[in-house]
Amino acid sequence: MHAPGTVMLEARGIGKSFGPVRALSGVDLQLRAGEVTAIMGENGAGKSTLLKILTGDYQPDAGTLELAGTEVHFTDPRHSRIAGLRVIAQEPEVIAHVSVAENIYVGALRGPLFDKRAVYAKTRADLAKYGFERLIRPEALGSTLSPAQRQIVEIMRALVDEPAVICFDEPTSSLGEDESGILFALIQRLRDEGVAIGYVSHRMQEIFQLADRITVLRDGALVGTKLTAETDHDELVRMMVGRDLTQFFHREPVTPGETVLELRDVGNEHVSGVDLTVRAGEVVGIAGLVGAGRSELMKTIVGDFPITSGEILVSGRRTSFRSPGDAIAAGIGFAPEERKAEALVLQRPVRDNITLAVLKELSRWIFVRAGAERALTADYISRLRIRTPSSEQLVGKLSGGNQQKVVLARWLATRPKLLVLDEPTRGVDVGAKAEIYAIIDELAHAGVAVLVVSSELPEVLGLADRINVMAGGRIVGELSRAEATEEAILALAMDESRIS
Amino acid sequence: MTAVTAEPRLGPLRRVVGGIGVQNISLLMAIGLLLLIIGTQNPLFFTVGNLRVIGTAIAISGLLAVVQTMVIIMGALDISVGSIAGLTSVSSAMIFTVAGPALGVAGAVVIGIVCGLVNGCIIVFGRVNPVIATLATLAAYKGLAQLVSDGRAQGYTGADGFFVFLARGTLIGVPVLIWVLVIVAVLAHVALRYTRVGRNIYAVGGNDVASRLAGININRYIIGIYMMTGAIAAVAGVLITARTGSGQPVSGSEGLELESITAAALGGAALKGGKGTIAGTILAVILLGILTNGMTLLGVNSFWQNVAKGALLVLAVVIQQLRSGERRIGLPG
Ligand SMILES: Nc1ncnc2c1ncn2[C@@H]1O[C@H](COP(=O)(O)OP(=O)(O)OP(=O)(O)O)[C@@H](O)[C@H]1O
Ligand SMILES: [Mg+2]
Repeated sequence: MHAPGTVMLEARGIGKSFGPVRALSGVDLQLRAGEVTAIMGENGAGKSTLLKILTGDYQPDAGTLELAGTEVHFTDPRHSRIAGLRVIAQEPEVIAHVSVAENIYVGALRGPLFDKRAVYAKTRADLAKYGFERLIRPEALGSTLSPAQRQIVEIMRALVDEPAVICFDEPTSSLGEDESGILFALIQRLRDEGVAIGYVSHRMQEIFQLADRITVLRDGALVGTKLTAETDHDELVRMMVGRDLTQFFHREPVTPGETVLELRDVGNEHVSGVDLTVRAGEVVGIAGLVGAGRSELMKTIVGDFPITSGEILVSGRRTSFRSPGDAIAAGIGFAPEERKAEALVLQRPVRDNITLAVLKELSRWIFVRAGAERALTADYISRLRIRTPSSEQLVGKLSGGNQQKVVLARWLATRPKLLVLDEPTRGVDVGAKAEIYAIIDELAHAGVAVLVVSSELPEVLGLADRINVMAGGRIVGELSRAEATEEAILALAMDESRIS
Repeated sequence: MTAVTAEPRLGPLRRVVGGIGVQNISLLMAIGLLLLIIGTQNPLFFTVGNLRVIGTAIAISGLLAVVQTMVIIMGALDISVGSIAGLTSVSSAMIFTVAGPALGVAGAVVIGIVCGLVNGCIIVFGRVNPVIATLATLAAYKGLAQLVSDGRAQGYTGADGFFVFLARGTLIGVPVLIWVLVIVAVLAHVALRYTRVGRNIYAVGGNDVASRLAGININRYIIGIYMMTGAIAAVAGVLITARTGSGQPVSGSEGLELESITAAALGGAALKGGKGTIAGTILAVILLGILTNGMTLLGVNSFWQNVAKGALLVLAVVIQQLRSGERRIGLPG
């Protein structure tokens, strides 16, 4: 291993354009052995692009790369892998129909014979070595994994190569608090072993907890690199956003109106005995650990999963949604958790994606009114500050955070009376987060009932008037705004999950 | 990115290329190249008569390619189109013999729609993969066509005014066969481009989970698109009857499914769904038509022509795959 502080990876003057879009220009980056370097910047600042250039996934238009002092030109991620550099992708790809073990050792398996037992045993040992053994089984199929588990598979794939440089692209955006804790312990351990680590995240707390150095990008250009000890939250935000933002968000609660959503003893194969009400003008938060059944409950509410017991009332009327289409007709909007798998049509333009759920209203008979559609799209692009060269850009080419904003725009456009948001700020930068909070606040003031699932406790605490904590498919407690603290939520969530 | 707020400024060339699409430009260039090669080799190629031969030859496969494109955009595939065309060809001729041309055509279309409905129901309610489902009905419909016809050509339509008009008539100098293709293609293009039905077809093909969560009734779309495909396959069947003068259970329609898929893929429709245009498919149909005609004029034997078409399909899909920049891990899905 190299002495701590040695520059393991050095990028100089990196530039990259996609057609008319300048993603990066003149960016320098240093990753040092035994240090965590955070890479920060707004959505679309170019962080993921930079990492893809490091691995050889993209070719830079300008600049040079040095790994341990020698200049390298990677044209394929395999080359960088062999050279000892790994990037944990923002959206890991996991092969659906093979086991976790095979997913991890994909490419690393040698020889014609595949000894299943040995591979499972090795996987189990490796998982235990890095502290993941409780979270994932080697035999589980790729298709059954949660986003958090997929992230673990991706991390394990990298670790088995024992690389000298590892970069993480927003690893915690799909993890809950407890899994994040395990990941942080792992990162600290790798750092102590002398690995050079790059770390992309929008969560300030994590950055201050983990990073030794922070490199900030804005609009594809380097703003600067700071030692963590010599900077603070406000300075970083100014560097990233170019203006000041209030650090903590707290809504002014509205006096709630009539009950919009009421669940009475609702149960099905995913959740059981759920009682829940959301009133007009109210923001209700759902907290809990990953796997507590939060997303499943949301999908039950919007009619994606049928209920087998209990009843759901919308504005006092009993509903029997047979599909999400019925829920939309009843005025419920639902932004799901996994934007790529469940929300976006990646090969279609931003415009189509924003208007997908309101095409009927935008049409005369079956013909889409182009003018009305353009106006609506332009409106949401500017309201949510979606960074896209035009409304015709394919959604798949936007940065992760901007894709998330497109999903939100789609559901805001339906003007719902109940908005169900599952991890609405996943992968969204600080500035945009504040904008999304402001929008939720504005909706509540306009009398919309909002139900928010979030794994980020400060977010639930800042937004929600009431917080319901879930564990094991049930609601295990409700906290009012006054009672709610991070500790109180975690205590409920953990305690109950241990019992069940 | 340096705050690209306004529409990006593009050079005029870039804008033209962007408007037509890289895929279509390559097809146009391929067509140009073929015309040049075949035209210099054989002077007969550029005669009005031969152009008309090409036009009428591509009309039938073009119809199927257009609907196949829509099915592919929705993320599915219909390999039974050729068999439906065969079945409706014989039935149109047989109904015509007893009930006249109007009922012959109407009967064929109804049969085509029912065939499509069956395909759709197998896929939706039986939860069967579209390829497997239509592979099964490809065999079943072909068998049915042979059963009702005893495996022979049926009914003589060559003396009927209407069928003759379909096969050899012209309107403003353009053969009726070509008009039929043009009308169907324009309707399909408008539907895909300017209606919410078309938008939803792209959405379902691009991401079915998201489409469902956005309120689209996917089952209705699947059944609907197969019924429409059945109807258009029946129109193709009627045209086969008209051209050959009698109902053909198999010989007029065999291999049309392959041709329609080749044309759609060559025209840029992604077999994974969510991508494709009618314009691209029509250009590909023209390219294939010229290729077939050219090979015949240059005396290439028809077995080699089949090999060439198969190779073209592979080439089209490989190019598509490379352009999409997919990573090469695992089995392609
Ligand atoms: N393949 C591509 N084609 C066109 N534009 C692209 C492509 N990939 C990225 N971009 C653009 O490059 C810019 C930088 O994107 P990148 O994904 O690196 O942002 P990011 O900093 O990772 O943002 P986020 O925090 O939202 O993940 C964005 O404007 C994005 O739209
Ligand atoms: Mg990113």
